[in-house]
Amino acid sequence: MSQDPVLVQVTGLVKHFPITRGILIQHRVGAVQAVDDISFAIPHGETLGLVGESGCGKTTAGRVVLGLYPATAGSISIDGHNVRTAKGAELMSIRRKAQMIFQDPYASLNPRWTVSAIVGEPLRVHKLYKTQVERTERVKDLMGLVGLSSRLVNRFPHEFSGGQRQRIGIARALASDPLFIVCDEPISALDVSIQAQVVNLLEDLQERLGLTYLFIAHDLSMVRHICNRVAVMYLGVIVELAERNELYETPQHPYTRSLLSSVPVPDPKSARLRKRQVLEGDVPSPINPPGGCRFHTRCPVAVERCSLERPVWRDLGGEHWVACHLA
Amino acid sequence: MSDNLLLCVDDLRTRFHTPEGIVYAVNGISYALHEGETLAVVGESGCGKSVSMMSILGLIPIPPGEIASGTAMYRGRDLLKLSEPEMETVRGKEIAMVFQDPMTSLNPVLTIGKQITESLQKHIGMDKTDASDRAVELLDLVGISDARRRLGDYPHQFSGGMRQRVMIAMQLACNPTVLIADEPTTALDVTIQAQIMELVIRLREQVGMAMIWITHNLGVVAGLAERVIVMYAGLIVEEAPVDDLFEDPCHPYTAALLAALPRVDRRRDRRLKSIAGAPPSLLIEPVGCPFAPRCEFAVEQCQEALPVLEPIGPRHKIACWVDVETGGRR
Repeated sequence: MSQDPVLVQVTGLVKHFPITRGILIQHRVGAVQAVDDISFAIPHGETLGLVGESGCGKTTAGRVVLGLYPATAGSISIDGHNVRTAKGAELMSIRRKAQMIFQDPYASLNPRWTVSAIVGEPLRVHKLYKTQVERTERVKDLMGLVGLSSRLVNRFPHEFSGGQRQRIGIARALASDPLFIVCDEPISALDVSIQAQVVNLLEDLQERLGLTYLFIAHDLSMVRHICNRVAVMYLGVIVELAERNELYETPQHPYTRSLLSSVPVPDPKSARLRKRQVLEGDVPSPINPPGGCRFHTRCPVAVERCSLERPVWRDLGGEHWVACHLA
Repeated sequence: MSDNLLLCVDDLRTRFHTPEGIVYAVNGISYALHEGETLAVVGESGCGKSVSMMSILGLIPIPPGEIASGTAMYRGRDLLKLSEPEMETVRGKEIAMVFQDPMTSLNPVLTIGKQITESLQKHIGMDKTDASDRAVELLDLVGISDARRRLGDYPHQFSGGMRQRVMIAMQLACNPTVLIADEPTTALDVTIQAQIMELVIRLREQVGMAMIWITHNLGVVAGLAERVIVMYAGLIVEEAPVDDLFEDPCHPYTAALLAALPRVDRRRDRRLKSIAGAPPSLLIEPVGCPFAPRCEFAVEQCQEALPVLEPIGPRHKIACWVDVETGGRR
């Protein structure tokens, strides 16, 4: 390949949401440090998983990468375009190439629009058709691509089940011929038997269309299944990133280890043998996160250095990245 | 096994009369719970797992709900025939229930101390000081530190996992013989879910109560249950001891559900096996097997007649017309 193998490059990304007081004269009293200095790269055609518990900043990270929230610091590049400085035609081109699939298929589709209007919106915004007939044809093609009958295009979202709605959301994301899709918990609102359908669809589309995914999820089993590499987030920082089997079989960060051991396995015999490393307490507030390593307050192996010094993000060899003094 | 039978539900049917028509939520289910046993009820949303439990505790609003048939024998009494005042002596005292969402099932304007002592004063007739001593004891038991001070706190001052601990403490207040837990960890993060599961396993040993654990998560079932009931569209399709169910799932739905799950502890070896289609509408009373339209083994008979739950092994029952191993009729 002559092109740059890396499609998405994120370096030192920071996103703080200011907390203000006062009605007329607002002054800043603090910040929610939702994402604090994260870096990763996604090569063409790969799926990177971003996992962590609620409030760890994974959804914010996905939205900042697409420029839906302005970043506080750091750099984001998608297909060679700088997301933070892009304006006008360049911004439109990034929006066309980078799309998003949302978590809640009930809230992310306009209930007053027909499926045709929903799926056709990106075509209209990016002026990707010449005639109405062409637009209708394209919408029908997209419906077929996600496994829905093209006869359903004039129906409204409430006439579909959860799994079908998620397919509509996927068709909309595919409408502008994107290279890169951020999938934000695309299956967590669905039942088990429907989850497998949607995951298989995402994999088929990736293969057919050469898509690159950032797959944000909290279901660690599904992430291992679908992702090539996995990044684990805790309280706004990525603590570990590695190839999936490497990460799941030899986790180096204490948080990754306890997170993985907490996942219940659908097999009673191995469930009895597994040793859970149960973490004490709850995740601290991102408004005032602990100094040093953010995990040190709950870490079972923390030493004094962990509370004083922020661990460096480093490669242990073989592209196994970790931020821990003890790894 | 029959000598320590605690709860025996027979042919329970629950319906709801709605403007769209009758919703057939539970369509004739029968099961038993023994003393000290942990029974898991698994199924996807809308399969009737919560409604079936709420029915036996008189928590279904009537109307629009209707218990069309069935008995639920608990210690010689049919729970479905109790009057509301009689039910109040059972519910919360002998059979307690923990709900999914700890955020909405606690009263936000009462202190948690008030909420725990309420049932102690009402059911056991404790006075105020005894009740608050017992509340401190219960909060200690579920792992809330500095319990006496926290009695004066309101629910919003607790995190999600802590609220679920408070809920469990409330339900344990009167030493129930049965604890029904309705997806108690679904709203929680996986590390907090692990904490609650450890807690429940410890409490089960300490208190010795029987448990019915309603969930859609087969991983949680494997880690907790002794016996499992699998539900689909208001019917029990399979019932088995936990090891048998996971080793040798005999109903096509159970087998398909297990094949659709990726494993956190194994390398990927294939695509996921998905189940085509979606669960049936509950507005139509099932005539044939409700899983037949999605079933790869379905034969003509499956569409025509409802299969009954029949034993296929010592403690293993399924409701299916087809022998999955041979593809022929059973």
